[in-house]
Amino acid sequence: MLRIKGLTKRYRTGDLALKGIDIDVPDGQVMALIGPSGAGKSTVIRCINRLVEPTSGSITLNDTDIVKLGSADLRRMRRRMGMIFQEYALVERLSVMENVLTGRLGYVGFWQSWLRRFPQSDIDEAFRLLERVGLDHMADKRADELSGGQRQRVGICRALIQNPELLLVDEPTASLDPKTSRQIMRLIRELCSERHLSAIINIHDVMLAQMFAERIVGLRLGEIVYDGPPDKLTPAVLTSIYGEEDWSATIRKVDEEAPDEEADNVVPFEVPRPDRDRLAGLT
Amino acid sequence: MTTIPARGRTWRRRDRRTELLVWAAWLFAVALFVGCFQLISDKTIWAFVWDAPTQAGDLAVRMVPPDWLYIRTLGRPIWDTINIATIGTLIAILLAIPVAYCAARNTTPSVSIVRPIALFIIVSSRSINALIWALMLVTIIGPGVFSGIIAIALRSIGFCAKLLYEAIEEIDEGQVEAVRATGASGAQVTGYGIVPQVLPAFAGISVFRWDINIRESTVLGLVGAGGIGLELNAAITQLYWTQVSLILLVIIGTVIVSEWVSAKIRHAII
Repeated sequence: MLRIKGLTKRYRTGDLALKGIDIDVPDGQVMALIGPSGAGKSTVIRCINRLVEPTSGSITLNDTDIVKLGSADLRRMRRRMGMIFQEYALVERLSVMENVLTGRLGYVGFWQSWLRRFPQSDIDEAFRLLERVGLDHMADKRADELSGGQRQRVGICRALIQNPELLLVDEPTASLDPKTSRQIMRLIRELCSERHLSAIINIHDVMLAQMFAERIVGLRLGEIVYDGPPDKLTPAVLTSIYGEEDWSATIRKVDEEAPDEEADNVVPFEVPRPDRDRLAGLT
Repeated sequence: MTTIPARGRTWRRRDRRTELLVWAAWLFAVALFVGCFQLISDKTIWAFVWDAPTQAGDLAVRMVPPDWLYIRTLGRPIWDTINIATIGTLIAILLAIPVAYCAARNTTPSVSIVRPIALFIIVSSRSINALIWALMLVTIIGPGVFSGIIAIALRSIGFCAKLLYEAIEEIDEGQVEAVRATGASGAQVTGYGIVPQVLPAFAGISVFRWDINIRESTVLGLVGAGGIGLELNAAITQLYWTQVSLILLVIIGTVIVSEWVSAKIRHAII
């Protein structure tokens, strides 16, 4: 259970990015954080693992206050939170396998990691995860040889191999095409339910948020203006989050495209392809 | 909506005032050049200058043919020269890594204290030529190859550290952030987030500097710091012009080989 209370962040430039945010995320909940650029979505996520230092407030994960941790304890806490990034943030010149094993850095010593002598159990787990996302045959490829969707899947493996309790997902689909975006969101969603993980997903795309999240929190100028289920996102709510605009198209599309999405997965008159192909973007 | 008539509007790159200023600047530059030329001309003994082609031709004749047999004594000095360059470069690289790490704004332990010190090391190393370092070192540790190695190393630290710290400052912070977010320690963040990103630049810089150092180390002998320059100096003072021409040929050959090697290595890295 993640509990954020009165989270405030003032950047050194004087900008007040977050004005006392309260969010509780129960175990196993997938929550989408939507809002316009500059609303503070990234800041919320980065305050949770303290890539950004909160100015005030408390963030507790299973009764440990993250804000008060010293640097060694903070590192141990970060191991319990997997992060997935917008531009994938893979180390481009390392192989897929090395990138996945990066998720284990918090558990092994410096020389062990420098010499790439990870425990066999970590390597087994890395292969298992890569297989799960359909990339086990790519283990020795360099990260910069992969396509966007493939890179994001490696990013997901890197987060999951940490064996986290919470996923922090920052704009996972902003650099991906619409189809790959859905595949990635579906994958995140599936993995969360498989492992009973909770997740906070920052996302621009309201439609995707509605399709894949159980709960939506709308952020505007550092304040929460909506917190509720996806189907309660009315034009009025979207206006309060993003400002005046004709929202009918956005909302109607969800209703129309949701069945479409299902049809997408069934290839008619063909033997159903294995999961791996679908995930690897081969269909 | 009103539209501005498109025709009849004039456009100039600069307005009249700027135009005049530009002309004035050019006039001043030309006047300065003519003035300087006059000054230099007055202080030049033109008879010597007009004589130069004859002198050069004369020297060229005395240099031909090179004293080919002299090559047997050049093996050792050229080997020394290559060693000075190579070992000097290695030492410089080893010392440049921590200096660059401290100088880069995103990795330095302290922006207000450590970084200025690192930058000062870089500037002082870069501003003093290897020949001057050698001149001082020969008086301090005596003539020989060792002085040459240290001179090359001292000169190269600044060069390598400067290029390396610029490479470190240009890395993608997102990758570093991602490694940090996994709970990695500071050393691990460096090893996984920063090192892979700067490794190609690092290798390129090292090879490039080695290539430069081969050329620089050929002259160090002039001040007694070992290598082929010693032979060159001796040959010139003794007016053995046929030996001088052979040494110059050997130097050119060495430099061509080193350029070829470094080009090959850089190509392999990038």
